[in-house]
Amino acid sequence: MAQMTMIQAITDAMRNELKRDENVLVFGEDVGQNGGVFRATEGLQKEFGEDRVFDTPLAESGIGGLAIGLGLTGFRPVMEVQFFGFVFEVFDSVAGQMARMRYRSGGKYHSPITVRSPFGGGVKTPELHADNLEGLMAQTPGVKVVIPSTPYDAKGLLISAIRDNDPVIYLEHMKLYRSFRAEVPEEEYTIPLGKADVKREGKDVSIITYGAMVHSSLKAAEELEKEGISAEVIDLRTISPIDIDTILESVKKTSRVIVVQEAQKQAGIGAHVASEIQERAILHLEAPIMRVSAPDTVYPFAAAEDVWLPDFKDIVEKAKAVIEF
Amino acid sequence: MSTKTLEKVEGQFETFQILNEEGEVVNEAAMPDLSDEQLQELMKRMVYTRIWDQRAISLNRQGRLGFYAPVAGQEASMLGSQFALDKEDWILPGYRDIPQIVFHGLPLYQAFLYSRGHFEGGQIPDGVNVLMPQIIIGAQIVQAAGVAMGLKRKGKQNVAITYTGDGGASQGDFYEGMNFAGAYNSPAIFVVQNNRFAISVPVEKQSAAKTIAQKAVAAGIEGIQVDGMDVLAVYAATKQARERALAGDGPTLIETLCYRYGPHTMAGDDPTRYRSSDLDDEWEKKDPLVRFRKFLEGKGLWSEEQENEVVEKAKEDIKAAIKKADAAPKQKVTDLIGFMFEEAPQHLREQLEEYTAKESK
Repeated sequence: MAQMTMIQAITDAMRNELKRDENVLVFGEDVGQNGGVFRATEGLQKEFGEDRVFDTPLAESGIGGLAIGLGLTGFRPVMEVQFFGFVFEVFDSVAGQMARMRYRSGGKYHSPITVRSPFGGGVKTPELHADNLEGLMAQTPGVKVVIPSTPYDAKGLLISAIRDNDPVIYLEHMKLYRSFRAEVPEEEYTIPLGKADVKREGKDVSIITYGAMVHSSLKAAEELEKEGISAEVIDLRTISPIDIDTILESVKKTSRVIVVQEAQKQAGIGAHVASEIQERAILHLEAPIMRVSAPDTVYPFAAAEDVWLPDFKDIVEKAKAVIEF
Repeated sequence: MSTKTLEKVEGQFETFQILNEEGEVVNEAAMPDLSDEQLQELMKRMVYTRIWDQRAISLNRQGRLGFYAPVAGQEASMLGSQFALDKEDWILPGYRDIPQIVFHGLPLYQAFLYSRGHFEGGQIPDGVNVLMPQIIIGAQIVQAAGVAMGLKRKGKQNVAITYTGDGGASQGDFYEGMNFAGAYNSPAIFVVQNNRFAISVPVEKQSAAKTIAQKAVAAGIEGIQVDGMDVLAVYAATKQARERALAGDGPTLIETLCYRYGPHTMAGDDPTRYRSSDLDDEWEKKDPLVRFRKFLEGKGLWSEEQENEVVEKAKEDIKAAIKKADAAPKQKVTDLIGFMFEEAPQHLREQLEEYTAKESK
């Protein structure tokens, strides 16, 4: 075991896969010699060579096309989109192309591609860096969407994502990159995609969440505990497909649910989670499913993040609302 | 000063031609090294494709084909370029480029199933290195840069060729694909079939550039403008681009000047709304079949009898292919679910169950 930050765990997962499978290629803007704008690919080009870890011209759509073409010729591309706000430039390659490759060829071709990309607020980035656009991806048939919240999950999920033979969008929350260290095994291990994790057990209310909101939810659970409320925190880890079994198990136990996301209310996947629960477990519910999310405006100017982003206090308030309903 | 610079650039993209409209060789030095049989084969393919186009339009009108983008007039551009390829080369076609992938190995009945909208149309046989026709104009160009890079890294002596139209050259992906292939010195050939119209919009409204070939300059790669109604010139240009790519000299952009005699697609497009009959007449005279027929007849390599044989063969093949397409099993939702992932996630497993029950009723 070693103490790692999430970004170190991500680098470690890529190193592991580059070593294990010579078809794994890591590429994007500044991921080579520079080691990535966040050091996610630090040292990888030096260790594996320019043929395996390389820079691209500054064009996201071209990077997506490159990944698709390399995937067709037997490679396993791990492409980086520098910030997920730039996904609009490569939306066709991702949602219009790689997501559909297996289907439109009737199973003949596939796209074993991992799209790594940082996102998320709280670090005062400039425009279109932090936007929570995972909801767009979750609405795209043919891709899986993974959002880790801990170093341990980040490594196991990224190894699984790279080994998956279908496209996986792997979103890395910038605020979590170096915010804490945790024990991460040095050897390889995988975490199945599509499996949620109960980060804290509880019996009064289920908080279903992902990304940075996992930590805000854990903090909220501590506050609630002080008031005698026992909150269960479920980290979805994969937001498409969602792990309905783990969600239902928790809901049946607590009968009260809040879904917490950093994205705007009209975005993210909160509505989908709520809808699945009411369809499958309405008779177990003692209160409506409520959501904690950001206001339906464009992502805030950097100096307005503090008032805009949902935080643990919003979660505490909403949890009380479903308890007191 | 700027005008002078432009003239200088444009002067480097004069139209490459080998056969004139009368079927006379006007550029002996560039004559490709093709045997009599190969020359005849090229003619056979062009005639076959012309008949296929006529039949496809008619089958579409009868409702026996779906989406169809006519190709008459572009036979030299399509088939001359494909003829220069090796069997292992990859083709990334646009939606109009069905003839190239069929002559590269996709069975005709599958092309018909593609037209109808059936998954079997996309199930490319093993060993046939083609993608399904690309509907998103430009997407095939960035993907070709990736395929070409992959071939090079795998040590293959092969190229990736891709096609778009004159309108497609305005897309961002067109530039990005060429630029990526150039930056990585990948073995790619980008063909722009300039038939002068993108649906109703004339090429003059796409760009102020006098040629499309000169757009290669922006990527720092070779560019050539070819008479796209001259099958020998298209073949020679593609062959040369292929050799250059495999020698490690990078990608090439080939602009073929051609014309589609028919509408843009069979989905209600009426070219009389935007094209004059004078323009049609002008391009009728440039028909690639007419000039190549004259050329071959002059060499004693082509006769009416041979042509009729091809016509009959084409008609028979098409009939058989349509019959085979008719026999394809109807698609079920469960089939479609099965093609989504290697392993179906829970929500799809649930839906599979739901539709399996529905389908068994």
